[in-house]
Amino acid sequence: MLDKPKDMINQVRELTYAEAIREAMGQAMEADPTVFILGEDIGTYGGAFGVTGDLIHRFGAERVIDTPIAELGIAGAAVGAALTGMRPILELQFSDFVTLAAEQIVNQAAKIRFMFGGKASVPLVVRMPSGSGTGAAAQHSQSLEAWFGHIPGLKVVQPSTPYDAKGLLLAAIDDPNPVLFFEHKLLYKMKGAVPIEPYRITIGQAVVRRAGTDVTIVGTSIMAVRALAAAEQLAAQGIEAEVIDLRSIRPMDTETIFRSVRKTSRLIVVYEGVKTLGVGAEISAAVAESDAFDFLDAPIMRLGGQEVPLPYNPVLEKAAVPQEDDIVAAALNLLRKDRR
Amino acid sequence: MSSSVEALRPNQRPELANLSDDTILESYRAMKLIRRFEERAEESYMRGFIHGTMHLSIGQEASAVGVVVALRASDTLTSTHRGHGHSIAKGADPALMFAEFFGKQTGYCGGRGGSMHIADVESGNLGANGIVGGGLPIAVGAALSAKMRKSDQVCVCFFGDGASNEGAFHEALNMASIWRLPVVFVCENNKYGMSMDIARSSAVPDIAQRAVSYAMPGISVDGNDVAAVRAVAETAIARARAGEGPSLIECKTYRIRGHSKSDRNFYRTKEEIEEWRGRCPIERLRNEVLGLGRLSADRFDAIDAAIEVEMEVAIEFAKASPNPDPARLTEDVYA
Repeated sequence: MLDKPKDMINQVRELTYAEAIREAMGQAMEADPTVFILGEDIGTYGGAFGVTGDLIHRFGAERVIDTPIAELGIAGAAVGAALTGMRPILELQFSDFVTLAAEQIVNQAAKIRFMFGGKASVPLVVRMPSGSGTGAAAQHSQSLEAWFGHIPGLKVVQPSTPYDAKGLLLAAIDDPNPVLFFEHKLLYKMKGAVPIEPYRITIGQAVVRRAGTDVTIVGTSIMAVRALAAAEQLAAQGIEAEVIDLRSIRPMDTETIFRSVRKTSRLIVVYEGVKTLGVGAEISAAVAESDAFDFLDAPIMRLGGQEVPLPYNPVLEKAAVPQEDDIVAAALNLLRKDRR
Repeated sequence: MSSSVEALRPNQRPELANLSDDTILESYRAMKLIRRFEERAEESYMRGFIHGTMHLSIGQEASAVGVVVALRASDTLTSTHRGHGHSIAKGADPALMFAEFFGKQTGYCGGRGGSMHIADVESGNLGANGIVGGGLPIAVGAALSAKMRKSDQVCVCFFGDGASNEGAFHEALNMASIWRLPVVFVCENNKYGMSMDIARSSAVPDIAQRAVSYAMPGISVDGNDVAAVRAVAETAIARARAGEGPSLIECKTYRIRGHSKSDRNFYRTKEEIEEWRGRCPIERLRNEVLGLGRLSADRFDAIDAAIEVEMEVAIEFAKASPNPDPARLTEDVYA
């Protein structure tokens, strides 16, 4: 064992979200020989979004496996490997392609443990770049996390900072269950403080990003980032928003939401997936069913994706999902109605 | 030593001559156990002890046994919705299978899975599968895992003629071949995907022909001849274990019963069913061995009698077992 110099421990430096994910994979592979990555163009190419980068040079083609374009097959291969003692990390090029792999994720990975009476486990991580804003249009821009949040047996995680990306990914790799890890394409270049040492963030714990007293804004993925920026605009107008980054939708930390709503009495939920039958509906219903309902002074408001496939034109694309100004306007509207 | 002497005996098929007496009796016992297990399961279903549905493999026992008996205990397999035979051949305890069929807490899956999801991962049975073609990519993953862990394990992937038309078949066989994985694909071609005749559903008459596309050996074998199946399986398993890559074996067979309990056999003739009933793999092995003057009838009769007792005890165990507690319904969704 090498003794690490004291100043290395807990040393923090700036990394991008993509670098943080790569660092988590590298550290997990160094620590555990059963961890490996498979996916399309993740080797020499370095991944469709450059996330795996140089990992093939560090760990070789046997542990950073380039696969054919066969999402159902590679998802199944990951399930079979996970079932027999390995800890695969499957990268899909775009989260939209999970539709091709859904059979293995929904019918197999999610159900194997229960169907087999608790006598098997599938420690699998599926990493997926998701979300709109890159001009990739309808088949490369979706936010499908709510689909999988509906499936018992899966965990569904959405990091919104480099720090969370590393900590949640290391927790996902350790997890004995299948974890769907939705990365946001627009966050890959975002920089933030990330400790060098490996650390884990408990899956299923939301985080209060900003304390406030007037309105609670719950955001997922990039919408937590936009909610935080919106909160600064609102502060300039004398409104103190409390911003919660949900971080995972299954399991969902409703307690942190209830606690905040009891304090602020107003709730806005912001998410990129299509508004109808989405994460916002679940959170709204959970609050309505809880004692936090009694504390509400205004109707709950949902901001979600429009009821359209994602369009190509940048103006249309922006209009299709909530933006910072939409969140500001929604909060002002909610408070104005409330005061009337 | 003895097998080489037997090989020199006249009038013995080489496949059968290569099998020792013990192997013959072991194969017979496994096939008969599967047959009687399924007949008793069917009877229990009729008497109301089993709800839901089940897919019986009566008539197909030789493909399960011929392949699995050639495996090592440490090897793995993936199975299908018609998978009782694969599990039993792999050594599953019929009592725990009956208990599962009866929905009992003592069953293989604690009553959570039923007939279509029998699994025993610890013993290498990676599970029956309710999705046609579902096990194909999983077998590739198990073989990839075996190769990465250098465990010397081979994975056998059972699937039906119906599954060979799924995209998963193509993706799985191609991956297994490019990575030279230790997996043996065994297509149990029982002629029908539910009601669809293979002649109507496949562009080629033999599923084994498709192996050409994946640069792997493909062979069709009489799936009702346990010795022939075993001979082919041994070659494919040895090849897989030696790192020479996957093979595709097509066992041509027939399911005597319908697809499931809802099948009224509108799509095939009584004559066809009767013709295949005459090719019963269990009777065939017994008669052929007796005809060659190897082994005596009482060796087979003793096995039959022991199986009857085992079935009786197993069913009583299942009947007497407790139902699962609804208060524990949501346990085991997550590890």
